[in-house]
Amino acid sequence: MRIGTARSSYRHDEALFDSRTQHAWLAILAVALIGFPFLADEYWLYLACLVAINIASTTGLNILTGYTGLVSLGQAAFMGIGAYTVAALEQKLGAPVLLNLLAGGFVAMLGGLVVGLPSLRVKGLYLAIATIAASVVLHFVFANWHAVTGGHAGITLVPAEILGLSFDTSFRLYWLFVPITILMVAGAANLFRTRIGRAFIAIRDRDISAEVLGIPLLRYKLLSFGLSSFYAGVAGGMWAYFFRVVTPESFPLILSIFFLAAVIVGGMGTILGAILGAVFMTMVPEALKLVVGWLPLSADATLILSPVRTIVFGVLIVGFLVFEPLGLQEIWRRIRRFFHLWPFRA
Amino acid sequence: MHPGKASPILEVEGLTLSFGGIKALTDVGFEVAPGSITTVIGPNGAGKTSLFNTISGFYKPSVGRIRFQGADITATRPPERARLGLARSFQNIALFRGMTVLDNIKLGRHAHLRTNVFDALVYFGRARHEEMKLREEIEERIIDFLEIDHIRHMPVSVLSYGLQKRVEMARALAMRPKVLMLDEPVAGMNREETEDMARFILDVREEWGVTVLMVEHDMGMVMDLSDHVVVLNFGQVIADGTPAEVQADPEVIKAYLGSGEVSELRQRLHQALAVEA
Repeated sequence: MRIGTARSSYRHDEALFDSRTQHAWLAILAVALIGFPFLADEYWLYLACLVAINIASTTGLNILTGYTGLVSLGQAAFMGIGAYTVAALEQKLGAPVLLNLLAGGFVAMLGGLVVGLPSLRVKGLYLAIATIAASVVLHFVFANWHAVTGGHAGITLVPAEILGLSFDTSFRLYWLFVPITILMVAGAANLFRTRIGRAFIAIRDRDISAEVLGIPLLRYKLLSFGLSSFYAGVAGGMWAYFFRVVTPESFPLILSIFFLAAVIVGGMGTILGAILGAVFMTMVPEALKLVVGWLPLSADATLILSPVRTIVFGVLIVGFLVFEPLGLQEIWRRIRRFFHLWPFRA
Repeated sequence: MHPGKASPILEVEGLTLSFGGIKALTDVGFEVAPGSITTVIGPNGAGKTSLFNTISGFYKPSVGRIRFQGADITATRPPERARLGLARSFQNIALFRGMTVLDNIKLGRHAHLRTNVFDALVYFGRARHEEMKLREEIEERIIDFLEIDHIRHMPVSVLSYGLQKRVEMARALAMRPKVLMLDEPVAGMNREETEDMARFILDVREEWGVTVLMVEHDMGMVMDLSDHVVVLNFGQVIADGTPAEVQADPEVIKAYLGSGEVSELRQRLHQALAVEA
């Protein structure tokens, strides 16, 4: 139930979370996020870290694809840039962790700008193909620039260390990744309360009109591309600290498709959508694994069922595209709307 | 020919625009006096929208110049013209359908805001201050003025055609325009909506001191509102003056009604063919 939320100031009306109910839920979420690592086992903590990394990267791609309307299939490659930057800095200089992550973001951003400058003159499918080309080029660089990337063998990292504390378990990494991801998501949410974010949406909805309002298209598309790559770079950096080995095969094209699917399944152009999409895409295969594990089957049958799992996953994605084109966040919104007036009107 | 004594705010000089071999505009020239309501009329395909698109910078004329407040803007891009104070609406509504009315209007102010990407990510200090000031101003100046306060939080895609046109005008006003260009502001509207819009156009001129340049087919409204009418036909200016002058012009009557005489029609056909050849 949500009543009596009369807003008395513009500031209140413009707030991200404007009702007491929302604040209460946020507090509950915070408590859950803090309590979780103490209750969960290693496996769930591993998944939580992976989800945090994927949320960061999906949020980045959402800025570009969901909000600006530019389809990219290069997100994984930009994550690769971030991961290699972090790995190289860590291995060669032993620079501080947070600085490395920031550097990973900025180098990926630079990569994004270099790729974006020629390819943002086209849009739609052409841009998607151009970003695939960029991924292939980047893969080639990762595999052959031995001096920095270590070639096909890649780079192996020591655990991250901040003030003598070694981040060598998922439990400890959780405390590093989750706050970073929250900051990144909050940043994205703020972005779309200002002229920058509005300009992105304007370009997506009607670029001619955006231009007439004084929005230089190429500059803003580049900015969106750069921001998206920055998010990918930081996510890639976290990825490097998480898996502690970075090879050219770590960031295949299929991973870019994974992020694109997460954006679409979650709901394009919404902050919550990217979060839900990333959680869905990461957790559902795991959940299906669990379900298959519970079934009283012989070892052989389990072996046969594992491709079925992939098929179920695919069917779920297709199902979303067909029945819920606005994504998971739309389901969430419907639930919220229902409870706004509950129990007075169902 | 000159409706005002003050130097014109917008001057179009010898504009020629061609797509391949087809000339959309030929040697088009007129002036817009500051504080006036100037209307461009003409039969379908006369080149009115092409003229608008050239003035707002989408098309580059092959010959001719456009001057805004005395400065030559022929070579500038649309965003630059927006910053200078040239706002426009589109014939077939070009709002951002995925956004609310309020966000659409806020977008109008884009070029005047200073928030950069770092301010935006943090949304503290400058970004928040700027957003709050913007919201206040939009509420008090624009939303109030155009009587759209009941729909401010609605997505534009659910609004009626007439309201969408009004929101588009609100967005253009948020640009702090010096010249407001309206492409068929009342097309497809019923009588009541048309009268509302006419009132808003007059008020914009009176209360905001904004010069209005519009394209319109509704002759009643054109003649009632305009200080100055420019008539285009086949991409050329065939008349230019006060509504009364233009209404009495035989060329204009011919362009709209045709002369009805076979010999006259034949002559016009030959002329048209000669122009193309």
